[in-house]
Amino acid sequence: MSTPIEATAILQRRRSSVEDTRSSGLSPEPRELSYAQAIQEAMAIAMERDERVFLMGEDIGVYGGAFQVTGDLVHRFGADRVMDTPISELGSAGVAIGAALTGLRPIFEFQFSDFSALAMEQIVNQAAKLRFMLGGAVSVPLVMRFPSGSGTGAAAQHSQSLEAWFAHVPGLKVVQPATPHDAKGCLLAAIADPDPVMIFEHKLLYKMKGEVPEGHYTVPLGKARLCRPGRDVTIVATSIMVHRSLAAAEELSREGIEAEVIDLRSLRPLDRDTLTQSVKRTHRLVCVYEGVKTLGIGAELSASIAESDAFDYLDAPILRLGGAECPIPYNPELEKAAVPQTPTIIAAVRDLIGGRL
Amino acid sequence: MGLEDVTLREKSVASGVRQLGRARPQNPSRDAVSMPSVYRRLSAESLRQALRKMHLIRRFEESAEDAYMRGLVHGTMHLSIGQEASAVGICATLEPTDYMTSTHRGHGHSIAKGAQVARMFAEFFGKEDGYCRGRGGSMHIADVSTGNLGANGIVGGGLPIAVGVALSMKKQRRSCVVVSFFGDGANNEGAFHEALNMASIWKLPVVFVCENNGYGMSTSTERSTAVKDVAERACAYSMPGIVVDGNDFAAVAQAAFDAVERARRGDGPSLIESKTYRIRGHSRSDRNRYRTKEEIEAWLARDPIVAFERELARLGFVSKSGIEAIRTDVECEIAEAIAFAKASPAPSVEELTRYVYSD
Repeated sequence: MSTPIEATAILQRRRSSVEDTRSSGLSPEPRELSYAQAIQEAMAIAMERDERVFLMGEDIGVYGGAFQVTGDLVHRFGADRVMDTPISELGSAGVAIGAALTGLRPIFEFQFSDFSALAMEQIVNQAAKLRFMLGGAVSVPLVMRFPSGSGTGAAAQHSQSLEAWFAHVPGLKVVQPATPHDAKGCLLAAIADPDPVMIFEHKLLYKMKGEVPEGHYTVPLGKARLCRPGRDVTIVATSIMVHRSLAAAEELSREGIEAEVIDLRSLRPLDRDTLTQSVKRTHRLVCVYEGVKTLGIGAELSASIAESDAFDYLDAPILRLGGAECPIPYNPELEKAAVPQTPTIIAAVRDLIGGRL
Repeated sequence: MGLEDVTLREKSVASGVRQLGRARPQNPSRDAVSMPSVYRRLSAESLRQALRKMHLIRRFEESAEDAYMRGLVHGTMHLSIGQEASAVGICATLEPTDYMTSTHRGHGHSIAKGAQVARMFAEFFGKEDGYCRGRGGSMHIADVSTGNLGANGIVGGGLPIAVGVALSMKKQRRSCVVVSFFGDGANNEGAFHEALNMASIWKLPVVFVCENNGYGMSTSTERSTAVKDVAERACAYSMPGIVVDGNDFAAVAQAAFDAVERARRGDGPSLIESKTYRIRGHSRSDRNRYRTKEEIEAWLARDPIVAFERELARLGFVSKSGIEAIRTDVECEIAEAIAFAKASPAPSVEELTRYVYSD
């Protein structure tokens, strides 16, 4: 283990070698990785480049993580850098904060995002506020990863989408990458970020494949992505809802409705500009997210339009499609009904365009 | 908490908790028998500095209270009058590069670790020259330059963070030790259990210091805690647990030396329970309904500063005029600090959201 100064030197050497490879003009072959593999690759690259980076979490070592995201990294980097923790979410969150305060760059995997409730104190009262409370004397460069969302039959305590809780707290950054490309790029951006970043990864996305560039790259935190242009309605979605919205847009296109789909990617910072620009073009807005509808991200997005000059462009009420007002149920049909599905989005957009709302 | 609980003695108890105190000296001379060994480990100058720091803490707290009465301090404060030997006894054994996490009752810890009272007063007054640029106030004073990672408004909040700092030191192969102060109230938080367990399984260089002042706000340790001594809980984490008289500088420093050395050797954490008493109420809202006048008076008679002064004088480390000089010097420092704090500019409202994120 090197001192932080040595680690920085190593980092710089490695960074320059990576840049050399990338600036050689050889564009690497496009290749596909799963969302989980993309995250694993990001963590491996970060650990290779920077000795300060280490992973901690429950069963992330030889077990490979509950969702096999850390996989075999323990064999490559050793148990000191891929550290199993006891089942102590509150304590581990504090440990990660202490390490981040004093020169290291921890990446803390929560086994399920639901368990963040156990660590609320350290995340909300400590990590989010230390820099501010201490007048800028410290920073907390901490990354926390949260497998989240429903669809796995794990019921109410292992299926929640709690990102809006944390997005309400100044001092935290909250991102929800929807593709393997963004999962890797957002994670590498989060590791380079001086402040605490929480990454919510939908469990149903882990096996999804997509094109992922080789080497180191970052996706800026707080920048939404326009996934599909369209003239009739803007669908702004997060995480897995991006894919359901894109599928809905394909179907609607066959009916002559052209939906513009925006992947929000980040709840805090929030990219209001991309959204308002889109609404000015399409004059309609549908917000799609898995978290409970009431007081969720959709309310914030709707209010962003209501408070902006895009309000005057609206030709229809703003629509929110979010999680039902209940915990996630076990029965598969009930579970599906508890969060927006592609047919729900199609039906809602049809009604909106048809003036039936 | 009864006074008999802190009777000065050294003995083994069934739980394996060691109680460290010292025998009352039989003859009032500076000889090997009656002088606690810690007085040989610290230089005469260090001992005088320790006394000075205890006075500085006391006068800081009294002046802060006075400033509060006069409307200079916004919000509340938690005073540590009566607990000075505990803060100074622990910190006297630390290097400037060692780390510390503290509590909502943390003014004494900050001063003991080397903070400047001028910047502390400036923080109380909400000024830009304060340790937190006026953003934190009494409950968040930190001085990173002296390894002081801050007081904490959440009971038990600093415990897991201290473990993380120790993990960081171990990973970076730095020989720093981390002291985590907490109160008797925190020993019933889940964070206490998780932190001590992790520090032990990873053999981290942490010294957990429970300042048991008898009450978590109004609830006595007898009513809140299933064990007689918090230190008994150490055995659940396979670490040494020791009870010391928190009003006795030498007893505290001796226990701290042992724990700090053990941590620095790589042998892992320790738990020190420093039994003491807060003379003032929990905070400004306290009406002392849960304890008796007699109890407070009994503890007032065991003032840690008076005892330490008497001890240092008896052993010839300081003269009467030396004590007088320390007091005058402290008065002067406090007066200058308050003047500095009053003159410091207030933060700009334009900078309200600065420091939420890194620039």
